Amino acid sequence: MKKYSKRIGSIVLVAVAALFLSPFYIVIVNAFKNRAEISLNPLGLPNSLTFQYFATAIRKMNLGSAFVNSLMVTVGSVLFLVFFTSITAWLMVRRPSRAGNILFYTLVATMIIPFHAIMMPLMQFMGFLSKSTGIPFLNSHFGLIYMNIGFGTGMCIFLYHGFVKSIPVAIEEAAILDGCNIWQLFGHIVCPMLKSTTMTVIILQVIHTWNDFLLPSLVLSSKDLRTVPLSTYSFFGEFTIEWNLAMAGLTLTILPIIIFYVFAQKYIVSGVAGGAVK
Amino acid sequence: MKSRKNAADYSFYAVPVIATIIFISVLIVPFIIGIGYSFVSWNGIPANPKVWVGFQNYVRIFSDNRFWQAGLNTLVFTIFSVLSTNLTGLLLAVAVTGPFATRNIARAMFFAPYLIGGLLLGFIWKFVFAGPFPALGKWLGLEGIFFNWLLQPKSAMAALVVVNTWKMAGYIMIIFITGLQGIPEDMLEAASVDGATGWQRFRYITVPLLMPAITVTTFMTLSNSFKLFDVNLSLTGGGPFNSTEVFSLNIYREIFTSGNYGYGQAKAILFFVFVAAITLVQTYFNKRKEVEL
Repeated sequence: MKKYSKRIGSIVLVAVAALFLSPFYIVIVNAFKNRAEISLNPLGLPNSLTFQYFATAIRKMNLGSAFVNSLMVTVGSVLFLVFFTSITAWLMVRRPSRAGNILFYTLVATMIIPFHAIMMPLMQFMGFLSKSTGIPFLNSHFGLIYMNIGFGTGMCIFLYHGFVKSIPVAIEEAAILDGCNIWQLFGHIVCPMLKSTTMTVIILQVIHTWNDFLLPSLVLSSKDLRTVPLSTYSFFGEFTIEWNLAMAGLTLTILPIIIFYVFAQKYIVSGVAGGAVK
Repeated sequence: MKSRKNAADYSFYAVPVIATIIFISVLIVPFIIGIGYSFVSWNGIPANPKVWVGFQNYVRIFSDNRFWQAGLNTLVFTIFSVLSTNLTGLLLAVAVTGPFATRNIARAMFFAPYLIGGLLLGFIWKFVFAGPFPALGKWLGLEGIFFNWLLQPKSAMAALVVVNTWKMAGYIMIIFITGLQGIPEDMLEAASVDGATGWQRFRYITVPLLMPAITVTTFMTLSNSFKLFDVNLSLTGGGPFNSTEVFSLNIYREIFTSGNYGYGQAKAILFFVFVAAITLVQTYFNKRKEVEL
């Protein structure tokens, strides 16, 4: 009897989960229907499998270039963030100084500033920096990556800082006695020990950067620089009435995330859990 | 070590210096000049003058009905969203820690929406409410439940809560799972030996032991909901009749759509004060919790 109810419970659980994800089903099936079919039958499977709406969506959204742009911005931001914040946090713990402490508490305090409170002055200041230095902080991927690093620093240093404090210093001291310089010490000895936190940092930042809309929308004005959320937004503005095109576009933007999730599920869930508990 | 500072040392110490410069230029400087902007009147065009108006922008906010309507909307959304996200998250966590063969796959499925950005989720649900919902209503004969929720103020607000819950519940579930796994098995067993029912065990053992996790998730969802933007923009766009416009969307529009840069920035500073107040209360509660442990 108990085994029997467990089996029913298992089936019910997965059925509820499937129902939970039914909006994805709705998006995918309606990407194959024409306008008449969508309004008559938005719930059922499509009558035929035509890929013409996908082709149109890819072309009109400029999806190929949007994808490359998103990839460049995400990889660039996350790599630099990991590099800067792991070293900074490690130095803060291992070589304590007044400056390091002030920086740490400032970083933690600024984590409460909502983006909306500084978005306008940020754009003004970046415009000013572009003009006075000649470096393009606005309307460039470089500028977006630069700002992503600035916004991510607080959270990432906070995570690394907490972790470095928990690892023993003895191994590092042995390496110094062996004649390692500081880069070798950090690269060969410290980095491997930080692996779990680095995974958490990467996963949290990838999710955030890939999906971020507001900051890129303010920074990037050229069409050919647009990331995936930006091209989705402008595409949706143009095609709200043509739901089939909109659904094809959404399917194509969601699919890579889902495929990535299926393969990296274990790391993603534990990474997110690691970031949340802090 | 101290006596031989070499080239490697200097280049290594340059890293935190660069990180600090980036951080200061992206967060600190804009925050400070943002306070300055809130005291001027300016339409955002560089050639036009910034006129000093003192506290006039802040005084003007008091009689800005649309802003306070947005505040009320934010409050209503936040209250319902915090409740429904935490309850759903807890329910899911309890379900996927049960003795079911499918619990791992279910866990992965419940978490999936969190990975999709708020903007895309809003667009997905905009269609779900517009097409499939009325069709479902006709099919089931439940047109009072399944209609296009986005067309009426109250149901549009409910839609916003539902979509945000859909996004965040899986994330909250992950936190609760960690909490649930920390509850000693023998304590629950001892209670069942003493004749406690499933509900009693949940109410008098699980919930009290889960309190630290509940505090964390409550404040996390509180500040997230208060800062809602992406879903608001794509799902309802603040409509119908501004009935779902929240603080962040109101500020965004005041600055970038209406071109009131100074006035909008004053609103933004006020918004910061509200968020900071929530965070301070949160820190206070977390500190108190630490003392108890």
